[in-house]
Amino acid sequence: MSELRNPERELYLFRRRLALAGGVVVFAFLVLLGRFVFLQVAMQSHYATLAESNRISLVPAVPNRGVITDRNGVVLAQSFSAYTLEVTPSKVRNLEETIEELATLVEITARDRKRFRKLLDESKNFESMPLRTRLTDEEVARFAVNRYRFPGVEVKARLFRQYPFGELASHVIGYIGRINDADVERIEERNETANYKGSDYIGKVGIELSYEGELHGTTGLEEVEVDAGGRAVRLVSRTPPISGNNLQLSLDIKLQQVAEAAFGDKRGALVALDPASGEVLAFVSKPGYDPNLFVEGIDPQNWDALNTSPDKPLLNRPLRGAYPPGSTFKPFMALAALHLGKRTPQQTINDPGYFVLAGGHRFNDDKKGGHGRVDMYKSIVVSCDTYYYQLASELEIDDLAGVMKLFGFGQKSGIDIEGELSGVLPNREWKRQRFAGKQYRDEHRKWYLGDNISVGIGQGYNAYTPLQLAHAISTVATNGVAYKPHLVKSIHNTRTGSVTMVDTSPSHTIAMKPEHWETVKAALVGVNKEGTGARAFAGAAYTNGGKTGTAQVYSLRGEKYDAKRVGERLRDHALFIAYAPAEQPRIALSVLVENGGFGAAAAAPIARQVMDYFLTGKIAKPTAPALPPPVDDESD
Amino acid sequence: MTNLIKTVAGLLVRRIDGFLLGTALAIAGLGLLVLYSATDASAARVSGQALNLVFALAVMWVAANVTPQHYMRWAVPLFAVGVLLLIGVALFGTVVNGSRRWLSLGVTRIQPSEMMKIAVPLLLAWYFNRQGATIRLVDFAVAAVLILIPVGLIARQPDLGTALLIAASGFFVLYLAGLNWKIIVAAALALAALVPVVWPYLHEYQHERVLVLFDPLRDPLGRGYHIIQSTIALGSGGVLGKGWMNGTQTHLDFLPERHTDFIFAVYGEEFGLLGGIILLALYLMLIARGFVITASASTLFTRLLAGAITLMFFIYAFVNMGMVSGILPVVGIPLPLMSYGGTALVTLFLGLGILMSIHANRKLVKT
Repeated sequence: MSELRNPERELYLFRRRLALAGGVVVFAFLVLLGRFVFLQVAMQSHYATLAESNRISLVPAVPNRGVITDRNGVVLAQSFSAYTLEVTPSKVRNLEETIEELATLVEITARDRKRFRKLLDESKNFESMPLRTRLTDEEVARFAVNRYRFPGVEVKARLFRQYPFGELASHVIGYIGRINDADVERIEERNETANYKGSDYIGKVGIELSYEGELHGTTGLEEVEVDAGGRAVRLVSRTPPISGNNLQLSLDIKLQQVAEAAFGDKRGALVALDPASGEVLAFVSKPGYDPNLFVEGIDPQNWDALNTSPDKPLLNRPLRGAYPPGSTFKPFMALAALHLGKRTPQQTINDPGYFVLAGGHRFNDDKKGGHGRVDMYKSIVVSCDTYYYQLASELEIDDLAGVMKLFGFGQKSGIDIEGELSGVLPNREWKRQRFAGKQYRDEHRKWYLGDNISVGIGQGYNAYTPLQLAHAISTVATNGVAYKPHLVKSIHNTRTGSVTMVDTSPSHTIAMKPEHWETVKAALVGVNKEGTGARAFAGAAYTNGGKTGTAQVYSLRGEKYDAKRVGERLRDHALFIAYAPAEQPRIALSVLVENGGFGAAAAAPIARQVMDYFLTGKIAKPTAPALPPPVDDESD
Repeated sequence: MTNLIKTVAGLLVRRIDGFLLGTALAIAGLGLLVLYSATDASAARVSGQALNLVFALAVMWVAANVTPQHYMRWAVPLFAVGVLLLIGVALFGTVVNGSRRWLSLGVTRIQPSEMMKIAVPLLLAWYFNRQGATIRLVDFAVAAVLILIPVGLIARQPDLGTALLIAASGFFVLYLAGLNWKIIVAAALALAALVPVVWPYLHEYQHERVLVLFDPLRDPLGRGYHIIQSTIALGSGGVLGKGWMNGTQTHLDFLPERHTDFIFAVYGEEFGLLGGIILLALYLMLIARGFVITASASTLFTRLLAGAITLMFFIYAFVNMGMVSGILPVVGIPLPLMSYGGTALVTLFLGLGILMSIHANRKLVKT
């Protein structure tokens, strides 16, 4: 800095600094230009993609779930569209406040809030979740006016599942529920992930589960332009969804209702089959439950009630309950004896009222003093235990099991709903496996002749499902032609109108001499005419055959059974199997009444009512209430 | 009659620099066009801004017709009033968006920090001009103090962006006045050393603005959202842009503050790289003209003032576009002549008017 002022030099220095500043300006602008080129040329496609994914939202269009009807077209499960108020938590600033404000427009009950909380815990924040379902038109309008105040809250049209008959046939139809982690895994295994985009529900049990693939349909896709608030502005393109197929069941809902009503408050199971096709005509598991409770996620109170009830309403008894068959096993024992050449129909034994096994163990007959001389016919008609004690003692267990296997005992019937149990058809190998554990000794694993005796009258290790019993008696009714039981009769494609009938050809035939069938069937007819089933079937307008059974729950160790002394839950199970008409059977069934006592008294009358209704359209005793009205509102 | 028209017309255009006005109007015109798109065809916003423009042009005309001597005389009072108003803001100001920037005057609100953008360079130019022959180190120290008074007050509001830019415009005067390079380098180093010291005293949101620059995804729905969406807008515009009114980022609400600080993102999305080059060229022309005026100014006062005002245009344009394109932190700086807002527009045209006055008086003035 010079002391003396030199304007020339000052100006020169100033202009030099100005020029330098100009250089900086040009450089800075070149940096900007470089940045623009980088963003708009080099990275253009990247950012264009980002802008597109900002703009375009792929919205799955959920298909309409197929309708389930009974064999006469009565709707058992249907979908309907209703408005729901949905919240996407990630897009909402203050969830609590928002819900409070929404509650001033639309009724939101404490139950809605609880359910929403539960959903929140179970799902991810960016998913849209229903806060209130089934809005009225007025509520929709009221929200629409205030929509701008609620980013992240929307009214959506959703499909709801409804089961008009409630508890009736609930174990057959099952229910759908919100997709959970386990369901997601199943969907992934089936490579169906894309098809379940946007689906909130999936079949959980029963037909809804087993025919998920038919019922669900194909998800469509909508390309929608959305704004920053996630709201649809414009539809760009649309691939419509394809509705799921409708299912027609072989079930007759009226027959089902007669059957369920016949049970009253009793617990138990009933399976009625068409012997000529394997169609399931009625499939009862009592008690049932209301499947409508599960659709929107069951609330904790109802869930606890169902889950902890000693009556086990969630147990599908015909499918998953294994019970000793009791005396209903005898006709099959007789057939096995004939087939194996161990007995002729005319061969008689003397029944003193007990049977003593070599070694001294005594097995009592039901009847004190015994039935006297007993041939095969009488053994079935009066249900003579001694006859079968003796027969069993002469049979090799593995041979017996081989014949019983033909009738489907201890085998999955292959019915078209999931979860079927095999039950237990005991033989030597089975016992070895059963007691293979280290806590057992070799003598536990060995098969004893005494085991034969219990098995021979349908007790002991025997355990079969009511479905297996129905299947077995159905096979007897057709003289050995077996059909796979099935609940779905036909599948209707709503788009093409094509109908696929379920295969009704026989699965296998049991080769036995025709006279064997005739012998045993004559005895079964005799049971209902002059034997243990005669009282229940007195005055029936059709010919019929059946067999009563009583299965021990509680081991009496030689004491005399007294129903009054034994606790209700330890009382015997009552069983009954039957078919009709005797010449050309159209229905075959099994009935089980848990802790019902004697089969003749508790189970046979139920069979009578069902058969009466099926074959004559009338019920002997008018005990069935009218069909319930369709459920159109969720009520607590 | 024709004479009268001629006289009036002559009076109107006398002292008006056609080139400067032309480029400024071209930028402002583009601004109105983009504003129309950014506000989803809001006639109210566009006509409001057009009205602001008319008023700003009037201010420019008046400013162009005031002589540099007057500016010199007003330098101290203007600065003093400005500082008083800033103190007033600190004591009685209105809080908007968490910052105390506005002073309510009954009918309208004013933002005193805006006038400091002109008042600070004006005062410094006056100060150095007064010192004349002997600019010593102590003068720079005094100038630095004069800068720091308003800057400190504005930074407290808090409005760090404006404070930094006013400090920058003050620095430009110091630089053009011949501040020793050693001091500049030393000051730069000292500033760098000061960052870790000052950092803890900055507001949380100011931290975030800087940190987000390095990693916008640290808060994609919050602080980073601005940068992410504006770079998407720019990048997806490509070379030719998506076309006027067709920007999806703009029209589907993805761009925040799209008619004010982020208007350049709208412009870039709809007019592409080509539009960006045109705008850069317009700013460059404006700045180049400012430099020509600066270089030919006859006194130290006018030279320093013209240079500082010109560089002010540069630093605003650069910081704004740098922020929108994601190379500078998000500071609340409007894009000069384009962003919606009356105060900034008036200040900028006032600056242009002063440049015109300096140019018109380049030969007539003696010190």
